[in-house]
Amino acid sequence: MAEMILTVENIKKSFDGFVAVNEVSLSVKKGEICSIIGPNGAGKTTLFNLITGHIPADSGRVTFKGIDISKMPPHKICRLGMGRSFQRTNIFPRLTVFQNIQAALVAHRGMGLNFFKMVDPLFRQETAEILERVGLKEFSETMSGSLSYGYQKQLELGIALASNPELLLLDEPTAGMSAQETRQTIALIEKISREKGLTLLFTEHDMEVVFSIAERILVLHQGKLIAEGTPEEIKQNKEVQKVYLGEGR
Amino acid sequence: MGPFGKTIIPLTMLKREKFIIILTALLALLPLSQSRFYIFLGTDILIMGLFAMSLNLLLGYTGLVSFGHAAYFGIGAYTCALLMKKAGIIFPLAFIGAMVAGVLGALIIGFFCVRLTKIYFAMLTLAFSQIVWAIVFKWNSLTGGDTGLIGIDFPAYLDSSVRFYYFTLVVVAVSLGLLQRIVNSPFGRILTTIRENPERTEFIGVNVKLYQLIAFMISGLFAAISGALFGIFNHSLFPDLLYWPQSAEVLIMSLLGGIYSFFGPLVGATIILYMRMLVTSYTQYWPFIMGTILAFLLFFFPGGIVGFLREKKVFKWPK
Amino acid sequence: MPDPSFLLIQSLSGLTYAMFLFLIASGLSLIFGILRVLNFAHGSFYMLGAYLTYQFVSYFVNNPTGFWIAVLFSSIAIALLGGLIERLFLSRLYIREELNQLLFTYALVLILGDLAKIVWGTGQLSIPRPQILKGAVKIMDQYFPEYNIFIICLGFGIAFFFWIILNRTRWGRIIRAAALDREMLNALGVNVTKLFTVVFIIGSWLAGLGGALVAPIAAIVPGMDVEIIINVFIVVVIGGLGSFWGTLLGALVLGQVISFGILILPRLAIVFIYILMTIVLITRPWGLLGKPLSR
Repeated sequence: MAEMILTVENIKKSFDGFVAVNEVSLSVKKGEICSIIGPNGAGKTTLFNLITGHIPADSGRVTFKGIDISKMPPHKICRLGMGRSFQRTNIFPRLTVFQNIQAALVAHRGMGLNFFKMVDPLFRQETAEILERVGLKEFSETMSGSLSYGYQKQLELGIALASNPELLLLDEPTAGMSAQETRQTIALIEKISREKGLTLLFTEHDMEVVFSIAERILVLHQGKLIAEGTPEEIKQNKEVQKVYLGEGR
Repeated sequence: MGPFGKTIIPLTMLKREKFIIILTALLALLPLSQSRFYIFLGTDILIMGLFAMSLNLLLGYTGLVSFGHAAYFGIGAYTCALLMKKAGIIFPLAFIGAMVAGVLGALIIGFFCVRLTKIYFAMLTLAFSQIVWAIVFKWNSLTGGDTGLIGIDFPAYLDSSVRFYYFTLVVVAVSLGLLQRIVNSPFGRILTTIRENPERTEFIGVNVKLYQLIAFMISGLFAAISGALFGIFNHSLFPDLLYWPQSAEVLIMSLLGGIYSFFGPLVGATIILYMRMLVTSYTQYWPFIMGTILAFLLFFFPGGIVGFLREKKVFKWPK
Repeated sequence: MPDPSFLLIQSLSGLTYAMFLFLIASGLSLIFGILRVLNFAHGSFYMLGAYLTYQFVSYFVNNPTGFWIAVLFSSIAIALLGGLIERLFLSRLYIREELNQLLFTYALVLILGDLAKIVWGTGQLSIPRPQILKGAVKIMDQYFPEYNIFIICLGFGIAFFFWIILNRTRWGRIIRAAALDREMLNALGVNVTKLFTVVFIIGSWLAGLGGALVAPIAAIVPGMDVEIIINVFIVVVIGGLGSFWGTLLGALVLGQVISFGILILPRLAIVFIYILMTIVLITRPWGLLGKPLSR
């Protein structure tokens, strides 16, 4: 039995009477590339927020690396080895690209509460390596807020990677990207996850992306998990076809 | 607020520290002018400058808008003065007492405030600050209430304006040096990420509330120091300096100078205090002038004076 | 044990004050709900409403309805002032961070405060109560001013009137929708720019009206702007920023707290209202009737 790095059991969340996530259970194997798909409003981002501790679940449990993280605050979950990118780019606009990554490293290496060292010379080598890996080396000294959308998403990936995660949650990593940008991003993500043995869990709207790299697909609809399986199985699943009539690219 | 289309020119540590030394040296020469006026103004500017810069740790670096910063200034001022006058404690100990009181006040108040965001955070800082004001205002027997606490003398060995000016200069220079260190430290950098994106900062493994609270406490410490200095400088204290318009004024000073630069608030304090001195000698309508300056600032100089100068690349301003 | 009729009078006094708080707070809450601007200058509008009423009354000295004309004119004048300020200045700051708008309203406090001093001096002004409401009514065995009863009734009347507008008219629906989702409104074809100005005008009118009506029974003096705005903040905090009934409830609560607080613990009353504000913000920041905070 392969090791399960993440287990979600019967998780439920309602907002003001509206059930966003309805008793979803899933598990992700270590090293797997897993995708969650579903039409808009299916509850994908809410599910992510529940897993990463950004919002508390009404009921149910989340276990990460064998530890119950259901009631843990996000920063502790991050420290355990979970990384995340957000749907709307979440970077630090008034810092340079370099400083964005460097800050993540500073936090990850536990130097955040150091008051008297100078921060500029810290982790320069490692920061440069990460920048190289996500293809942003030339933008090192640019104000990250002035980058184009695609590059900002790459930076987001870089920030998530700086925390050296074992499980990476990516919320719509190719949203808003052109076909070329999408191809580049996917190639990058795949390469990185293979290199570091990362477990990847991502949500996506672009079916091409999903079917090209996902090893396993979970389908969410109106807060419920309606199908689970390999890309082949999902393609042939009647329920999924019904839900997606007209959807996808 | 603030431009980010241009790459900001980073100065090395050495240049920055050189700047502080040069500035301090210049200021050290001030009393040679023999002018009571300039010595008075200089002391005032140093004290309020430190106060504004303490606020800016929260405002410009952490992104927390506090409407109640006058509380720590007042706590520092009254603690120091009361310890000296009513408990007969010598100045150095009273000064330390003021610092402790400031940090404790910031700890208690900050603990509750960092749980809230934006407008609610601002409201709560205002509410707490008004509580402190109300207590000082009403506790006549201790603080003298509305009639004030008067007769705060210079401590024994600092018994002239010139001596006190030098003392203030040293204290403020050391404080700014410390603040400079903190702001350029890993902790300081994380504060800026909290300002930019608290949600993202949580997910690089930072306990955002803890860091905000620490920033609060450091901020309270330096505000209390400036308050303690003020009490002696002014030889009297009135509850007014805890009332919310005081918090607004120090906010304006920071904004005027530019909240995204280290020395901005000091520049802002200098301009406001100098202008106030000029204007009040001609008219009693200083609030009107200050309101107009503020409005002007908001519409035309969103980055403050320093932000404006940086944009125009008038000269390289240390960050 | 204090005399029950005395307690009743105190309560009615608190109720009267609550009505003024409600008028101003509802304007503030409305502006905040739609424009997301916490208008510090709302107290200044209140103050100018009082000063203008004084001014107009002095023009109509021998006219028995002079006061009412003055109230009408001054509240409308303040409404127009609000509209101008929003159109010409405030609207230019919408694209910036909220702090800018907030500080602009504070700049207004400074400017308008001194403006009042320049025009009307620093002394305390007053005007007499209007002819038809000069008397007092006997309640149990105490006397209570007719004018205050009028204020109480008017306050409830205005509350009811606004409730009807908010819940039974198209404009009301638009306003309630705007409080929830401004961008959506734009997409639905509503002229959001115009809406903002209209809302600001209504909010200012309410504050001006409050000031106009308080003129006969309060001291018209510099500083009344700063004094009232803090209490108004407490009202909206207790009731819930953006909640209509919350504002009324908050005003009623604070009115009674101040009225009896001064009686029971005169020295601590003023501390107590801030402690109340603090407790609400710590335990239930969205107030009694507001919506729980979203992230």
